Amino acid sequence: MAEFEPKLIAFCCSNCATSAANVCEAIGLSTPGNVDVVRIPCTGRVDILHLLKAFEIGADGAYVAGCSDGNCQFRDGNIKAKRRVARAKKLLDEVGVGGDRLEMYNMSASMGPEFAKMARKMTERIRELGPSPLRKK
Amino acid sequence: MIIAEQKPIQEIKSMIAGYQKVLVVGCGTCVTVCMAGGEKEVGIIASTLRMALKLDGKEPEVIEDCIRRQCEWEFVDELKEKIEGVDAVLSTACGVGVQALAERFGDKPVYPALNTTSMGMPKEHGFWIETCRGCGDCGLGKFGGVCPIARCSKGLLNGPCGGSQDGKCEVDKEMDCGWQLIYERLNSLGQLDQIEDIVQPKDWSTDRDKGQRRIIREDVKV
Repeated sequence: MAEFEPKLIAFCCSNCATSAANVCEAIGLSTPGNVDVVRIPCTGRVDILHLLKAFEIGADGAYVAGCSDGNCQFRDGNIKAKRRVARAKKLLDEVGVGGDRLEMYNMSASMGPEFAKMARKMTERIRELGPSPLRKK
Repeated sequence: MIIAEQKPIQEIKSMIAGYQKVLVVGCGTCVTVCMAGGEKEVGIIASTLRMALKLDGKEPEVIEDCIRRQCEWEFVDELKEKIEGVDAVLSTACGVGVQALAERFGDKPVYPALNTTSMGMPKEHGFWIETCRGCGDCGLGKFGGVCPIARCSKGLLNGPCGGSQDGKCEVDKEMDCGWQLIYERLNSLGQLDQIEDIVQPKDWSTDRDKGQRRIIREDVKV
């Protein structure tokens, strides 16, 4: 039986994580092909509804990648995102999908290798958790 | 404004579990401001419901809408066509809105998605606090504009009690002592002598003791 390939959606800040993804590509590092990147102007734009919709439309996992603490161009967008991710995790637990399938990461624009590492780490976590219970239905 | 908070999703799910098509309808007034039942929250509740029900092996159609106010007929009536096409309605309004929909659409079951908690205001972003109990006989003039019924946990009309410490209430150390606030306010107004006036027992007949409270004004009837 083929190994389960999780489908992930990554909400990436255009000031850090998206640039990190470009660095990653420029230095020839591969990122897992199972991650769909949604570029956003700032993680402060991410709403709980965006995160829930990712799972509703069939993602096995999702994460938000924002700037390092204290480095948000819009002051505290990444901190707001962190709070929303925490609430969305609780809702996913309550619903039965599982909050572990959602995560928040922080990075700077130069952290290309870390971007790839983070994508692999999340992919591995979701692989261990298995397909989203919503996809099994 | 009226303050409310969302019920647990499992409780909401159990109310609408048996229906095939459900309308989740929000209110664009108080519950939008307290971020419990406006357009955005309708989306969140509908999304979580769809997922929760799917995991139970059910896939009812959950549609969404949000009107300006659920407590006035002219806005409620905008929902007529949509409500005719569903089996049940889940209202994310306060209890007033839920009852308005139930009264207007007599043959449709209407369920509450929120618990209506109080009348108050946002103290800061993400922190709402009760400030009025709606007793029907406002005495704010005697208390420097701070209501002891809503803001003193014991509802004392003559305070403070002995449990006030460092401006906080003994019932909850995170809660301001209502009577400390009254003292500070009267002090800043130069009216501190008022705190020595003994306030007579309140006439609670204007509260809920006579049943549903009504106001009828001929001058504004059309």
